[in-house]
Amino acid sequence: MPKRTDLKSVLVVGSGPIVIGQAAEFDYSGTQACRVLRSEGLRVILVNSNPATIMTDPEVADATYVEPITPEFVEKIIAKERPDALLPTLGGQTALNTAVALAENGVLDKYNVELIGANIAAIQSGEDREKFKQIVDSIGAESARSVICHSMEDCLAGVDELGGYPVVVRPSFTMGGAGSGFAHNEEELRRIAGTGLALSPTTEVLLEESILGWKEYELELMRDKHDNVVVVCSIENFDPMGVHTGDSITVAPAMTLTDREYQELRDIGIAVIRAVGVDTGGCNIQFAVNPADGRIIVIEMNPRVSRSSALASKATGFPIAKIAARLAVGYTLDEIPNDITRETPASFEPALDYVVVKVPRFAFEKFPAADSTLTTTMKSVGEAMAIGRSFPEALQKALRSLEKKGSEFTWVGPVRDKAAVLADAARPTDGRINLLVEAYRAGASISELHESTKIDPWFLDQVLLIHETACELRDAERLSPELLHRVKRTGFSDKQIAGIRNLSEPVVRELRHSLGVRPVYKTVDTCAAEFAARTPYHYSSYDEETEVEPRDKPAVIILGSGPNRIGQGIEFDYSCVHASFALRDAGYETVMVNCNPETVSTDYDTSDRLYFEPLTLEDVLEIVDAERAAGPLAGVVVQLGGQTPLGLAQALKDAGVPVVGTSPEAIHLAEDRGAFGRVLAEAGLPAPKHGTAFSFAEAKAIADEIGYPVLVRPSYVLGGRGMEIVYDEVMLRAYIERATEISPEHPVLVDRFLDDAIEIDVDALFDGEELYLGGVMEHIEEAGIHSGDSACALPPITLGGHDIKRLRASTEAIARGVGVRGLINIQYALAGDILYVLEANPRASRTVPFVAKATAVPLAKAAARIGMGATVAELRAEGLLPRVGDGGTLPSDSPISVKEAVMPWSRFRTPEGSGVDVILGPEMRSTGEVMGIDADFGKAFAKSQAGAYGSLPLKGKAFVSVANRDKRSMVFPVKALHDLGFEILATDGTADVLRRNGIPATTVRKLSQGPGPDGEPTIVQMIVDGGIDLIVNTPFGVGSRLDGYEIRTAAVQAGKPCITTVQGFAAAVHGIEALQRGEIGIGSLQEYAEKINASRAEG
Amino acid sequence: MSMRPPAILVLEDGRTFRGDAYGALGETYGEAVFTTGMTGYQETLTDPSYHRQVVVMTAPHIGNTGVNDEDPESGRIWVSGYVVRDPSRIASNWRSRRSLDEELVAQGIVGISGVDTRAITRHLRERGAMRCGVFSGDAAKADAATLVGKVQASPEMAGADLVGDVTTPRGYVVEPVGEHKFTVAAYDLGIKSMTPHRMAERGARVHVLPATATLEDVLALEPDGFFMSNGPGDPETTEETMVPIVRAVLERRIPVFGICFGNQILGKAFGFGTYKLKYGHRGINQPVQDRATGKVEVTAHNHGFAVDAPADRVSDTPFGRVEVSHVCLNDGVVEGLRALDVPAFSVQYHPEAAAGPHDAAYLFDRFTDLMAGSKSDTVRNDKKGQA
Repeated sequence: MPKRTDLKSVLVVGSGPIVIGQAAEFDYSGTQACRVLRSEGLRVILVNSNPATIMTDPEVADATYVEPITPEFVEKIIAKERPDALLPTLGGQTALNTAVALAENGVLDKYNVELIGANIAAIQSGEDREKFKQIVDSIGAESARSVICHSMEDCLAGVDELGGYPVVVRPSFTMGGAGSGFAHNEEELRRIAGTGLALSPTTEVLLEESILGWKEYELELMRDKHDNVVVVCSIENFDPMGVHTGDSITVAPAMTLTDREYQELRDIGIAVIRAVGVDTGGCNIQFAVNPADGRIIVIEMNPRVSRSSALASKATGFPIAKIAARLAVGYTLDEIPNDITRETPASFEPALDYVVVKVPRFAFEKFPAADSTLTTTMKSVGEAMAIGRSFPEALQKALRSLEKKGSEFTWVGPVRDKAAVLADAARPTDGRINLLVEAYRAGASISELHESTKIDPWFLDQVLLIHETACELRDAERLSPELLHRVKRTGFSDKQIAGIRNLSEPVVRELRHSLGVRPVYKTVDTCAAEFAARTPYHYSSYDEETEVEPRDKPAVIILGSGPNRIGQGIEFDYSCVHASFALRDAGYETVMVNCNPETVSTDYDTSDRLYFEPLTLEDVLEIVDAERAAGPLAGVVVQLGGQTPLGLAQALKDAGVPVVGTSPEAIHLAEDRGAFGRVLAEAGLPAPKHGTAFSFAEAKAIADEIGYPVLVRPSYVLGGRGMEIVYDEVMLRAYIERATEISPEHPVLVDRFLDDAIEIDVDALFDGEELYLGGVMEHIEEAGIHSGDSACALPPITLGGHDIKRLRASTEAIARGVGVRGLINIQYALAGDILYVLEANPRASRTVPFVAKATAVPLAKAAARIGMGATVAELRAEGLLPRVGDGGTLPSDSPISVKEAVMPWSRFRTPEGSGVDVILGPEMRSTGEVMGIDADFGKAFAKSQAGAYGSLPLKGKAFVSVANRDKRSMVFPVKALHDLGFEILATDGTADVLRRNGIPATTVRKLSQGPGPDGEPTIVQMIVDGGIDLIVNTPFGVGSRLDGYEIRTAAVQAGKPCITTVQGFAAAVHGIEALQRGEIGIGSLQEYAEKINASRAEG
Repeated sequence: MSMRPPAILVLEDGRTFRGDAYGALGETYGEAVFTTGMTGYQETLTDPSYHRQVVVMTAPHIGNTGVNDEDPESGRIWVSGYVVRDPSRIASNWRSRRSLDEELVAQGIVGISGVDTRAITRHLRERGAMRCGVFSGDAAKADAATLVGKVQASPEMAGADLVGDVTTPRGYVVEPVGEHKFTVAAYDLGIKSMTPHRMAERGARVHVLPATATLEDVLALEPDGFFMSNGPGDPETTEETMVPIVRAVLERRIPVFGICFGNQILGKAFGFGTYKLKYGHRGINQPVQDRATGKVEVTAHNHGFAVDAPADRVSDTPFGRVEVSHVCLNDGVVEGLRALDVPAFSVQYHPEAAAGPHDAAYLFDRFTDLMAGSKSDTVRNDKKGQA
């Protein structure tokens, strides 16, 4: 049955900003879907507010709307584009919820848009827990015993019905398990269920019997319209039930099931997908299996492409999203060829002859107050995947892929008492895997560890095997080739071996090479070698036979950015993917190295060759050698994947590897404070007063000289890790004590903190001669808020031509002084008309995709070409860059683009159960970003807010409470808000100021004042009750912190916009005004680009 | 760490793989084949169709769930040798009774571990299935050339008549689950225990017959259906034995169902040829299409031979029209036959699964439907006769 001919155009809905639980995997799946649909001849219309994605590249769809994914905006797009169909299953929960809303409010019917890939009834049966439970019953399978509750009274009664605590609380229709958790007593129940009821769009939570400690499995299934069903992958959770699968270490294929048990899961899975009615497409089903008797419980299903399906696609080579898109337009599985074998069809079940391990990456260091216990609410911000020929090999590769200090197993250092380690291991945390080795070192047995952790004994034995191998390595008289081979086969890195043998890593590598112990590269082929693979998707293993094919074309190896983390996310993957495309077009064979399963870069379609490998020096050097043996190597690109590959630059060069683009020496010039200071001095550019301290005394002396507050941070960091503004000596001392732990080899930098400065970000290209100013971004928040967390506007909204000229000259001087060949990002602060240079990064920055989209220029592609020797002039002539002008000379009628950061506050709780504070600071904490684009700033800002947090309110009550220093600058925006019809509420001090300025303000009670004599609620209570529509609270210093903390966390809990800077507040008022005028339209990137290019052509 | 003695896998064409002993020590020979199933090693080991084959597991971790008493498909392990990458050191499953290593030792199965099973698989895929030997302990000490000579002197699979080795010495009965509806005469040519079980679940009393049973033995049972199981060896060897019996059964219009080897015998009875595949189908993920409905089922396969029948048209045979009912979508190999004028059909794959998906279990319903239809025809004919 060929594809449907009645569909001419389809609207694909993306997933919006990267948030915990919904990340880059939806860029991977959405990009695949768009490409497939276009190749089928359909007109593809895309909506996604996330500019950092490949899917929102103008080449990927016919019409790309970087607009908020809300029913209102999507309706506008439908009205304009009139698509025949809407595909909602590739954009996560966001897309699915939006589709349901558009179906329920009649928009789809009104415009005659067909929902493809899923139907509303199926979505609801999959997502509505009560309906799903009935379906599970109807096919003769079991669900956990449970009760549905719509109120706290229901919940309390429900616990009795289930036979008491503990119970699991799961809110309906939330993503990533938001708001769910285990309640061991009434207090916990009230807290978790209360939040869950608030988070659920249907005010519904489910209480369930506890199946803590059971084995957890997932199946990824696909079904076509002929009812053919295949199971693409089985996934087993290393961590037993109780830990969200996104936070679990997971393994594919399942390791501890007999065929009978596996087939029972498969039978149930198929029955579920049929009964739920997923007509075409993929779904994910989760199971719990009682290790004592094999009783199976169906936990849940997602009737859409998910994080797990992205993982399954990468783990098996079976591209679920791509095939789901084909199925949605009418194909059947047997009509779709398997890309990898090219001869066999997609209607089969992949066979793996390797083991895949995924490990989550957490960011608890960014949220020191947050409880690091893993629960059914997802908390990880990224993941690394590794492939090996055995579980120990894959596990150890995955752990080193995390690139986090202490993530690898270690046998160095003291061991605590066994009982203490076993007690700690009972609590699932991000570091529990490492406790297993510590427990073995302390003499624990498999059964003791099983008792403590409930992890399956098979996994525990595999970890024991790793431990025993380490001991053998430690005790061996000499490193024989046989022993070394066995150690490498068990996944040990040279670095680990060096640690155990008390050698240096280069010595181990040299010895290993001299003994001929080298990895081979195997292929992910979907079929366990039954058929020949046509796609070079490789992973390393210490085995016998390598499968790297020789080649003639010169290759460029592109090093990716590893697992997503705060500060290094999808933006860097975007640049790597662009480099791959550009260099392939330029005639190179592109070789991608990365270990992040969520991304487009690790799609085997993206580059000519893919190595799914950790990004450590050892792993990269081995790939370089393998590729050199295969054919000519033109170079290695390290500047596009963020700090991860950049950190390898010097070592690669030292090993004789050609690093293309900006040289490692130049990178050092920019990153080393002293060296960079000299570059600035030579160019006559000022930097804020600063100093480098190696001790507290030195830091104190510097701070005393330049004056508090000062910005302190360790050197060589990304995402502002460990950066803080300190206001006095006490805070400084406390910081130094912590910071020197973070990075013992590196000193602490102390900078003058610039009050009231405008922060500016510049992305530019430099070829040695000519500078191409990519874009100038003006931050909304003042300097001191990490640039990744700050909203910004492009073109800058308050800077004049003179400022741009200065920025251009400074940027060129720095690029020239450092010796950049490619991209450079510079952060400036404009204070008192002095342009300070804050820092320069000679690499692709987080903002490259945003700038590329805002200015309609493929900056990352150009950077890759410059790295390989092209000049700006050549790229202008070629048309990759505009013929004339650049991002600093945008036409005056260019649209304004606003980037807004998205924060993960609602995900984290302190161990006591309260929220974590939501203030912005010099340490980056956002997980993702959105872009709003429109003709003027107010509209663009309003869109950015709608995309990030839901629309700004149009009317209602606004609570304003600001630090003293902000009281003056607050008056204007508050006045404007009042004029827009908002009722202004404030606590006494602020209310007085407002009234004196002629703004009527209602006084409300502070939290510290408690409820009034007649039961008047405090402001915190009013926020919690949902009575406040907009909260403005700017924190400052230490004093006003506590009240502010309660106000802000209440706002997050109530899901109301909470603005923490005066600048952001002013921008929001602009946005509200634009919204009220009701004139916010939509535009596609292609339309904007056409306009910009037309204006450019006119000069 | 326990150190296993050295072992070596020697292929007929001279390629060798060195590893560690697994299971019993000694030497063994057979046809080297690979199977891609990721679960079900216990069922695979005990499948009589693997008799005289050295099985390479492409899944690296084997033995994780130990060995239990419920999952064997016959009374013993049949593979002649076992090749794995990473044998489990412990058994982890609530049904497990002992470790796989212990079981292999107890049954004298010589194996090898720690070898690059993917390299072996790729070699077999490119060069085709071939003879091999596994040598462990003292047997592994001989030089490679000597061992290759020994392998080349071992018997070939083509032309091998192995049914006599695997069939039951005497017949037995599997009683129906619930009401007795049908009587089936089932030839054990290497039958797996799940097969009669699947028929019994549908109300059949299954008389499992040794391969030496005669046509008279079959007819004496007055069966409603006639079944031929899977089994090892070259189907050409059945020309004088099973084929005439099947033809006689077809003439009597007794419903016939064949699986795997049984499919090849039925094909031969219709007059089709059989041939040896380059490296066979062995795994539990093979896509088979029912040509009548277009539906695809994911199926368990274990066959090195196949029926040579035209897939694009209906064939005329001495028993009327016969069509190819199922094909493998990976390579177009004939996976099923259906007679249009006599009640007979067969499949090359394993609807009983074990190990493998249950997608094709409906074929047992098709067999019972055929028997039910045939019964009602008989009743009608009888009534007509009386009238």
